[in-house]
Amino acid sequence: MSIARKGKDLLRRVALTVNGTRHELELEPRELLVYVLRERLGLTGTTVGCDTSACGACTVLVGGESVKSCTMLGVQAEGFEITTIEGLATNGDLHPVQQAFHEHHALQCGFCTPGMVLAAVSLIESGGATDEEAIREGLEGNLCRCTGYHNIVEAVAAAAGVI
Amino acid sequence: MIPAPFDYEVAESAEHAIALLGEREDAKLLAGGHSLLPAMKLRLARPSVLVDIGRLAELSYVRDEGEYVAIGALTRHRDVHHDPLLQEHCPVVSFAAGTIGDPQVRHRGTIGGTLAYGDPASDLPAVMLALDAELVVRGQGGERMVPASEFFTGVFQTAIASAEMLVEVRVPKRAAAGWSYTKMTRRAQDWATVAVAAIVERTNGAVGKASIGLTNMGATPLRASAAEDALAGGATIAEAAALIPDGTDPSTDYAASADFRRHLAKVLGRRALEEAVAR
Repeated sequence: MSIARKGKDLLRRVALTVNGTRHELELEPRELLVYVLRERLGLTGTTVGCDTSACGACTVLVGGESVKSCTMLGVQAEGFEITTIEGLATNGDLHPVQQAFHEHHALQCGFCTPGMVLAAVSLIESGGATDEEAIREGLEGNLCRCTGYHNIVEAVAAAAGVI
Repeated sequence: MIPAPFDYEVAESAEHAIALLGEREDAKLLAGGHSLLPAMKLRLARPSVLVDIGRLAELSYVRDEGEYVAIGALTRHRDVHHDPLLQEHCPVVSFAAGTIGDPQVRHRGTIGGTLAYGDPASDLPAVMLALDAELVVRGQGGERMVPASEFFTGVFQTAIASAEMLVEVRVPKRAAAGWSYTKMTRRAQDWATVAVAAIVERTNGAVGKASIGLTNMGATPLRASAAEDALAGGATIAEAAALIPDGTDPSTDYAASADFRRHLAKVLGRRALEEAVAR
């Protein structure tokens, strides 16, 4: 037995569940999850910042946990529930973290916001947003180039109920 | 950035993964992918096939084995960080795992991945070296045990042969020892510029025997043997810390010069030993 050399011709049939909807896709293994979301599924709320897993702009939830989607292959996401920023609101009502970002003006240019919101959702749901220091530490994987961290931390603290 | 094309196989068991690895010389295992995928995007790595072991639940565990705690190679940093058994018996391991990268990285990265990658700037290699951990490597002929002191052989090089995989890490229980993992990073989520792992046996509140592991002070994680010997011979923490750079060969890069790394090793080493004695 040997692994057939398929190279560029290799397509894998993959079923991804994104924001509760199942998608059957044929993916090249090298397609990164963020590009699957943006270009295959049109979910452009997930942004590409650094593309090197440093900035966190592309953060989505995979199985409820924050993950940088520029550093995960689409084929690796098979079988997981994926949540993007488009999937957080329910019936037109903002998710509590989105609402808190709105109320605390926790965004300037907005580019980092989807990743920041999803990182915060993961942090709060894992019980890690216990105080300001824990929130700052918990958001260390997300950069805001406008440096608007102050209001972001306040919004997350408000959503977590720790202020 | 998108990696160059590669073939992709999903392993259904460790044995299957090892068989797949044996089929092509440049095959690579894909676990969390948080070192490998960035390297592939930059064309620093270009395997023609990835063997995805990320779904092998059989290799994700933390078990009490009496003298030691066994950690499955696919246990994620997040799970190592939060594991009650490790927090009780090997607190330096769970602590150091919690300092790797950032939460997103810890949700995907695995203990086996970070050790097998052999990056001297990664945190857990120096911790494993200081703890005299053993690594279980499996190949087609069976398993062999490699002491941490023989596992790391160069920059991104380890004792794992091409058709072998790391399956388990065995960490001796050291609940009574004082410990510290003290690290300096340029940015919150960065690799360690330098870090020091210290494990200390205390006699009457002073350092008795110490094991000191160094992150990013050479091509591999290193033990600060001169400082360890000095402490065993009755030196003070300050005297021993001054000897920590002896025998190291740190590199110069964007984060620090080699000289600054040697300076940092002394300062962080002193702080680590002081914290370990007090904890």
